[in-house]
Amino acid sequence: MTPKRKKRLYIILALVFGVGLIVGLSMYALNQNINLFYSASQIAAGEAPVDKRMRVGGMVVEGSVNRSTDSLKVEFALTDYEHRVNVVFVGILPDLFREGQGIIAQGTMNAAGIFQADEVLAKHDENYMPPEIAETMKKKQIEASQ
Amino acid sequence: MIPELGEFALILALCFSGVLAVIPLYGAATLNVLWMNYAKPLAAAQFTFIAISFVCLGYAFAQDDFSVQYVANHSNSLLPLQFKLSAVWGGHEGSLLLWALILSGWTLAVSLFSRNLPLDILARVLGVMGIIATGFISFLLWTSSPFLRYLPRFPQEGADLNPLLQDFGLIVHPPMLYMGYVGFSVAFSFAIAALLSGRLDASWARWSRPWTNIAWAFLGAGITLGSWWAYYELGWGGWWFWDPVENASLMPWLVGTALLHSLAVTEKRGVFKSWTLLLAIFAFSLSLLGTFLVRSGVLTSVHAFASDPERGLFILILLLLTIGGSLTLYAFKAPNVKSESRFGWLSREMMLLVNNVFLTVMAVTVLLGTLYPLLIDALGAGKISVGPPYFNALFVPIMGLMSIAMGVSIAARWRQTKLDVIKQNLLIPAIVSIIFGLIFPFIYGDGFNFKVTFGMTVSLWVLATVFSEFKAKFRNAPNIMTKITQLPASYYGMMLAHIGVAVMAIGITIVSMYSEERDMRMAIGDSIELSGYQFTFKGTLPIKGPNFTADQGTLVVSYEGETVAILHPEKRHYTAKRSMMTEASIDAGLFRDLYVALGEPLADGAWAVRVHFKPFVRWIWLGGLLMALGGIITVFDKRYRAAKPANLEVKHA
Repeated sequence: MTPKRKKRLYIILALVFGVGLIVGLSMYALNQNINLFYSASQIAAGEAPVDKRMRVGGMVVEGSVNRSTDSLKVEFALTDYEHRVNVVFVGILPDLFREGQGIIAQGTMNAAGIFQADEVLAKHDENYMPPEIAETMKKKQIEASQ
Repeated sequence: MIPELGEFALILALCFSGVLAVIPLYGAATLNVLWMNYAKPLAAAQFTFIAISFVCLGYAFAQDDFSVQYVANHSNSLLPLQFKLSAVWGGHEGSLLLWALILSGWTLAVSLFSRNLPLDILARVLGVMGIIATGFISFLLWTSSPFLRYLPRFPQEGADLNPLLQDFGLIVHPPMLYMGYVGFSVAFSFAIAALLSGRLDASWARWSRPWTNIAWAFLGAGITLGSWWAYYELGWGGWWFWDPVENASLMPWLVGTALLHSLAVTEKRGVFKSWTLLLAIFAFSLSLLGTFLVRSGVLTSVHAFASDPERGLFILILLLLTIGGSLTLYAFKAPNVKSESRFGWLSREMMLLVNNVFLTVMAVTVLLGTLYPLLIDALGAGKISVGPPYFNALFVPIMGLMSIAMGVSIAARWRQTKLDVIKQNLLIPAIVSIIFGLIFPFIYGDGFNFKVTFGMTVSLWVLATVFSEFKAKFRNAPNIMTKITQLPASYYGMMLAHIGVAVMAIGITIVSMYSEERDMRMAIGDSIELSGYQFTFKGTLPIKGPNFTADQGTLVVSYEGETVAILHPEKRHYTAKRSMMTEASIDAGLFRDLYVALGEPLADGAWAVRVHFKPFVRWIWLGGLLMALGGIITVFDKRYRAAKPANLEVKHA
């Protein structure tokens, strides 16, 4: 091998090694940090694991929002118009959090079947429905029509 | 009548860009001088008619012409005038029109500042930009015309602009960002023109460098403004969310950063040519991808734009044509490219290559995290989202490694550097930065913290290497003043941008590690202490704005008994959209921000209140602006003086 080729070989080997390392690390980081989405029905069916970070989406049930009087604790229920899941959150809700509005909550499920949210996301569009919920509801309609 | 005029002008502009896409390119291929000469007037005509169209839309907004659907959906008679005008790009259709306007502005600028460019290259560059313009104006006219009417019955009052967008940030953020996105089309067109002509010498790198630098500077400034806007307007004090839309703008910036370094090597040393071409293609492709991601609504994001699958499909086709076409051309032409010089292991070329690899890896990381949910969904494997921990876990270490390489590359010389020279130049900065990094958490914080030490060491390393290199320039200079004026503008630009990186890194480190945040239920008279600052809640009063009503709270902040600031956060209710908005109140400072936002009213006049203490947060944006400023300064370098590319674009913004 000429020195020039040898140098090129080293560069290519280093690149392959580097890229492999980075892809490996990325995939590892990705697997550690993805949040699966569950609907209320999936949770009711017991599909959701306990104490693992996940997202739950649904419409806030009318009349279910209950604020504590002495702290920032809020309880509310989410529905996909079939099942309900109870959510507890401590903190300030986003401006567009309203009863009847579609939201996504991020957090963990506890053993009692109550979702402990550490983040609540609502969208800045009053007609917005999270795509996940829209899809679950579309599926429901199709099943209902069959 | 005026809106129809706008639509008509847009159709005429499409005709001109269609001709621009064909005639000059054909002329360049057949060496027909007359046809190549058509490029300049066509570029001017295209710009003129898009500008007319844009002014027509602005006029419709100013006149509250609610028979125009776009105006009715994004304006209101009570909206202040400056927001009526910025509402022109407050929605999908108008922002695309702005895209087209800026694209034609860049095209015109290239045609005006190109006296030293060979005619065939100019014709090809303008022709390629004409092809892009044809695609985008067709997209505008067929799927998203802003001039559609509600006729014969139209609403008496408009639906109002999204309250989040009624802000100074929105007036400047999108045009800046688009200047950057679209500016990469110039670098892209130069690359394609070079591939078409087969003349891949250092000169094409010199021609496209100023354009790339200035587009990169605008993109950086746009992202910085966006981050600042999110910080004060979204009401939860974050400055970066790893939201898909933010990622969409970060990816072209990262690849653009790689591109401008690679262009420097190509111009100076004649190596990395094909790599540079590839980066130019990808920088623009990622800009298009960003537009696709934002406009098609395929991703869940805080930027909930009304989306439409038909529009998404159109941009996707445009994207595939651009990437597919340019990569095919690249595959045919790039193998002929020859390097003009060699370099050793320890050389500036090698260090810049390392920098390029890091930047590309970061862009790929962001791309992966952004598209992974889409991929999983398309495979039917469930709905997922990728959170900030993923991005932070990968970004922070790569950023750190890259900053270390940055310091070395500044000390390295072209071709080959002796190890002794590097050691000699870097020893002191290394010692200084490590000592500073170790001491800092003890002085500023309350004990050792590895993350802080890492962040501060790396930041100071970048600063120290920049200053030691600057000092080394004067080692043999007889007269310091003459030397200062002799150094080229591009050198100062580079130094400033690198200082910007360090300033931003300092800001990110400190604000991430030492911020304090508390959400509290506060009754009138309640107070809370955060980092030594005492926040006392004095209750709220109802106030009335032009198109909203609000509850305005009062919080008195004191430090060691002395009043530092009186903050007035608001909870606004916008009447037309019937939506609530949090207006945070901030006492800004170079070393700390005090940030207060109102949550919701609770019983007995008490409120949920969010209080933040944000040290050094301004440094993040200061760093971003320094980088952008550095990019702009490089354009004033004497080497580009004959071309004078910098002056016009600013006016077109």
